[in-house]
Amino acid sequence: MLNVFGRRSVILIALAVVMAVLPLLFPSSYYFRVASLVWVSALAAIGLNILMGKAGQVSLGHAGFFGIGAYAVAIGPAHLGLNALLAVLVGALLSALLAFLVGRPILRLKGHYLAIATLGLGVLVAMVITTESGWTGGPDGMPVPKLSLFGWRISGSNTWYWITAGLLLIGTWFALNLDDTPTGRAFRALHDSEIAARTAGVHVERFKLQAFVIAAVYASIAGSALAMMNGFVNPDQAGFLHSVELVTMVVLGGLGSIVGSIVGAAVLVVLPQLLTVFQDYEHFLLGLIIIVSMIFMRDGMVPMLAKLTMRARR
Amino acid sequence: MSELLQFLISGLTVGAVYALVALGFTLVYHASDVVNFAQGEFVMLGGMVTVFAYAAGVPLPLAALLAVIVAVVIGLLLYWLAIAPARGASAVSLIIITIGASILLRGAAQIVFDKQFHKLPAFSGDAPIHLLGAVIQPQSLWVLGGAALVVLTLYYVMERTLIGKAVVATAANRLAARLVGVNVATVMALAFGGSAAIGAIAGILITPITLTSYDVGTLLALKGFAAAMLGGMGNPLGAVIGGLLLGLLESFGAGYVSSTYKDAIAFIVILAVLFVAPQGLVGRRTVERV
Repeated sequence: MLNVFGRRSVILIALAVVMAVLPLLFPSSYYFRVASLVWVSALAAIGLNILMGKAGQVSLGHAGFFGIGAYAVAIGPAHLGLNALLAVLVGALLSALLAFLVGRPILRLKGHYLAIATLGLGVLVAMVITTESGWTGGPDGMPVPKLSLFGWRISGSNTWYWITAGLLLIGTWFALNLDDTPTGRAFRALHDSEIAARTAGVHVERFKLQAFVIAAVYASIAGSALAMMNGFVNPDQAGFLHSVELVTMVVLGGLGSIVGSIVGAAVLVVLPQLLTVFQDYEHFLLGLIIIVSMIFMRDGMVPMLAKLTMRARR
Repeated sequence: MSELLQFLISGLTVGAVYALVALGFTLVYHASDVVNFAQGEFVMLGGMVTVFAYAAGVPLPLAALLAVIVAVVIGLLLYWLAIAPARGASAVSLIIITIGASILLRGAAQIVFDKQFHKLPAFSGDAPIHLLGAVIQPQSLWVLGGAALVVLTLYYVMERTLIGKAVVATAANRLAARLVGVNVATVMALAFGGSAAIGAIAGILITPITLTSYDVGTLLALKGFAAAMLGGMGNPLGAVIGGLLLGLLESFGAGYVSSTYKDAIAFIVILAVLFVAPQGLVGRRTVERV
């Protein structure tokens, strides 16, 4: 069976089946909402994983792009009279453009230096959003008009569940396919050794930039989707803490594992929902989860489980 | 002229705090190659513990000492519980661990203390000193003098004592240091404890001027890091210069350009420095051998 479909199709079909079956288990629309949050976060995390896991470059400011997407669908319709879908596109283009412009100098850096530069970029985006309150509503955020398509107003957790699920399927499909393209192979080459990749004729700068732009577009679209789903945006979505959460999803699930990013997103979205009773302890526990998982599951959950099952089978 | 002097003084005052945070960064980075993002949390702890101990009736000097001790203990715990077990992890994994630690400490402070802003009384009164038309708060002198004392002490320890030599040896080559009998793990623990103490002192000195709350650490850590980067990572003198320079840039930027983007200056500086000199202004260039 596996050979007939190939690994990619198996993953996609399994994901689609999970998405289709889950609602049967949901007792209330609250669960649809949490699941939609998982799909949206997973979309952003998969994009970041293409940059971190595949191309081996870290970004600690990824929420900046998420914020650009989110604010595009808020500002576009409210201040410029843009159609909501067009605003999503404008947001994605803006994110891609920003990633393209700053990517080249930033991606020359390595390790700590790259981490801190991307962090600086993200914080600057968040600061602009917080400060330009005439456009963005400042620290309080602003409302996002409901999406309407062909005169049909899209709202409700159930509808958004299917829209975000569809987006995540497309995002997963693209990411899985990327692996077997020359671009995907180039990413892997520069992940293992930049110098070796360069010697083998890989245009290192160009592919790093490509991964950065792709990751930015993923985050931007995820941001737009979340903003329209919530009907509201605030600067936290572009903030440093959100960037850290996205990185944690990727690392927790497993660097380079697309399924891992979905699992990582699910854990980090669902856990705080379960912990609302301990609301005051949320940051404390998030920090604890990050430290413990980085020490004891260095490869991430999905690769670790894969290794364990392989061992058990033998 | 008086305006210029005013900006100069306020710039040097905050710059001294950034310099201390940057020193903490370089000390840890020097000994262990870890960029410790929880550095700002030590500043927060310094301020918060002092505030709460003082409010509980402990005399101010004792409260300050208590704050330094708490910070050192937490710095050592951070090393033993989170950094040491993750030995051999990549630079990015270690960064994520220290970010996790900073979120955890912030969360803990929010539980143990509260979410309000807090102030300490100025150490020697609020009567301003007038100098050439500028107004100096006495606390500014405490900050500058305290920072200078910390820098000199650290310089003495690093240059004149066996512990300092052990740190330098560890920084230069960990294996060689171990071979000549340096207990590398102890040196790293000392670096974490020392940087925590330095951070806490910065927090205690600045709280009468800038207030403190459970979440002041992040921005301070980022600015301290910008300062360290400006001076070249791992270079203590560079950290002090970088800190003062960043404080001045912020103060003059806020005064003459725009105060709304005052906090953005540190990040623009980070990005600008990295674009021009990816190893920092004073940092060494390294060539990767294949």
